[in-house]
Amino acid sequence: MIPELGHFALAMALAFCIAQTALPLWGAQRRDARLMAAAVPLANAAMLSVLVAFICLATSYAVNDTSVVNVVQNSHSAKPMIYKITGTWGNHEGSMVLWVLVLTLCGAAVAGFGRDLPSVLQARVLGVLGAIAVGFLLFVLFTSNPFDRVWPPAPDGQGLNPLLQDFGLAVHPPLLYLGYVGTAVTFAFAVAALIEGRVDAAWGAWVRPWALASWGFLTCGIALGSWWAYYELGWGGYWFWDPVENSSLLPWLASTALLHSAVVVEKRGALKVWTVFLALMAFALSMMGTFLVRSGVLNSVHTFAADPARGVFILIMLGAFVGGAFALFAWRAPAMAPQGVFAPVSREGALVLNNLLLSCITAVVLVGTLYPLFLDLIAGRMISVGPPFFNMATAPLALPLIAAMALGPLMPWKRADLWPVMQRLWWVALVALAGFIIALVLTGQRALPALGFAAGLWLIFGAAADIIDRVRRAENPWARARALPRAAWGAAIAHAGMGVTALGVAGMALSTETLVALNPGQSTSFAGYEWRLDGVRDSPGPNFTARRADVSVLVDGAVVFTMTPAKRTFPIARTTTTEAAIRTNGMRDLYLVLGEEREGGAVLRIHHNPLAPWIWLGALTMALGAATSLSDRRVRVAAPSRRAVAAPA
Amino acid sequence: MSGVLNRRRLLLAAPLGVAAAAGVGFWAMLSGLQDGSFNPRGVPSALLGRPPPDFALPPVEGSTLPGFASADLRGLERPSLVNFWASWCVPCIIEHPQLMALRAEGVPIFGISYKDRAPDALQFLSRRGDPFLRLAADPPGRVAIDWGVYGVPESYILDRQGIIRWRYAGPITADIMNEDVKPLLRRHA
Repeated sequence: MIPELGHFALAMALAFCIAQTALPLWGAQRRDARLMAAAVPLANAAMLSVLVAFICLATSYAVNDTSVVNVVQNSHSAKPMIYKITGTWGNHEGSMVLWVLVLTLCGAAVAGFGRDLPSVLQARVLGVLGAIAVGFLLFVLFTSNPFDRVWPPAPDGQGLNPLLQDFGLAVHPPLLYLGYVGTAVTFAFAVAALIEGRVDAAWGAWVRPWALASWGFLTCGIALGSWWAYYELGWGGYWFWDPVENSSLLPWLASTALLHSAVVVEKRGALKVWTVFLALMAFALSMMGTFLVRSGVLNSVHTFAADPARGVFILIMLGAFVGGAFALFAWRAPAMAPQGVFAPVSREGALVLNNLLLSCITAVVLVGTLYPLFLDLIAGRMISVGPPFFNMATAPLALPLIAAMALGPLMPWKRADLWPVMQRLWWVALVALAGFIIALVLTGQRALPALGFAAGLWLIFGAAADIIDRVRRAENPWARARALPRAAWGAAIAHAGMGVTALGVAGMALSTETLVALNPGQSTSFAGYEWRLDGVRDSPGPNFTARRADVSVLVDGAVVFTMTPAKRTFPIARTTTTEAAIRTNGMRDLYLVLGEEREGGAVLRIHHNPLAPWIWLGALTMALGAATSLSDRRVRVAAPSRRAVAAPA
Repeated sequence: MSGVLNRRRLLLAAPLGVAAAAGVGFWAMLSGLQDGSFNPRGVPSALLGRPPPDFALPPVEGSTLPGFASADLRGLERPSLVNFWASWCVPCIIEHPQLMALRAEGVPIFGISYKDRAPDALQFLSRRGDPFLRLAADPPGRVAIDWGVYGVPESYILDRQGIIRWRYAGPITADIMNEDVKPLLRRHA
């Protein structure tokens, strides 16, 4: 009964979304206020319907309804309740329902918060969002129905996939989807602006919070994915330039560019066409990522069950939305007159530089990700583009970007002189230089990590200099600091977060590892500690067998702590997972992996990862910056009401 | 002036062109996936187009089949299959009938018993049939590392000169057999 209710709710949602697409778009064209006004209740109804469907699916998982194919394939009665529920979106079908839920939630948010939005713009945005939801709902209903039944019901589920019984993996997809879907909202704003043929400051003010929110969620999602890879895959690395990782990084890069160029639209009315293009691009890249991951075109450890038939559907959807939007762009954008003159050296100029460099990085990652696919297609040759290419191609672009990141916020709009800005940053440059030299000496003259340390310090202290510069001349600097726009604080925090991540990346470049075979009782010394293998024992789990090593870590002959890395073997799934033991003190990670066992002893791989936690700490700080910026009342209230005066009735 | 405007139009239409080209490419990949001409899962191997790495492996203890070394794989009578397998591996059971069929056709199959106990391996073969021409044991799996084996089962096709022409990680199913293995064996015959 409950699955049928969910299925029906999805169909209802489809009907609502078709209406949400047709009525407001038609109404906006005809300037028919009644048709346009239908958008808000329809968006809410669609959201509620999908919510009901989602709750039905989650309920089927919670009660382990084995007459539902999706539950049988992906769940099991022995799973802990929390993982039963998170399992709802741990599979292809369920994750698509979650996707649509987030999409309609965003629609409802535009309907709810957008009361001050010009009604024509709001109607068009909701219409476009409705169209996207129609596409995804058709996709769910026709190719990936999560409510299909099986008769007779299976005795129990088959999916006790323990890899998915993991907190990180339970939270990672929803965060990424929030980010992806956020790009759908900015896309809808861009398409609405193209239909209207007009982009103004208020449009920029409206797009920016959505771009910020989506960027913040993408940042968290990507960071969480990278953290998961770090502790679960047991390779000691945090980013592998895997195609699936790249396909989440691409929209992030485009969103980063978008949220900076939207500032220029908002404040100065310039870069309109470019901003619209970025908004289209961010969504196009998210859709492309979805296509690559779910169609089976890519070969990766992360892919969901691949199905070419689904791929065809997503590709048609991709063609309709992205192709349609770019066609509209080619048709309407030439009419948008460039505006807002500025000197090359100015805040705008710095933001343009930011956009150029970010676009280049996006292009590099895009080419590196797609090139093997297209080469295989055209020449039939298999190659893999690996980390060396990406590292070498992005580093020369990232360094000038970082250099400009500290300078940009200090520049005034329209026209600036580089010299005074540099003067205000001299002490930051000194700190970065000192960091560079110290790192160079301490690391034995390894230039690239030292450059990374300098970059990180430059960003962190540059962000501090920005805030200090704003409050310095005030009578009461503390009061002034509190009164600063949250957007300024947000930018400073996010830039500093980037610096923290840069420090983490630089630290990880100095990581060392060793591979030793030890018999019980034997020990080795590494990274200033003595590592003694006490023994390897069986440690059975619910559906796996595990071998667990007990390793004591000693300093001066005294045991400081013990670490217990393990290897789990899942006989049914025929997989082995490594459970790395990680011991962190905030400044470095000790990372211990159990390898092969031989003749009573075992091979241990020990990593010493300096500053590793900072990578994710920095990403969190960046997201915190986005949240700070979003918490500004002006973002939510003032900008739209300013525009409301000019809104056509 | 109109030249500038036209150039602007052209520039702004460029994204559409690029997106269309990418779309056509993706479409070709998808249709290739369905008819089997495009397969991203055929893991590229650094060994493709090269002879196998040097090794010499003993026979499986108690087996009548001799072990073999890399020298035995140079200058073959006909294209051959090298198959890494283990008795503990469930997909190897799925793959087994296809190997038996190949053997019946006279295709030489060099088996490497990967991280397996000799009695288990022999029991597996006596129960299900022995498709191998030669059978070597690699209990520590060190030779498998040199080959870059992902996991068992994993198979390689060598041409008559002993050059690796194809690599497949996973069980050779009936589909893989008809779409990849047989055409390749014919091509290099």
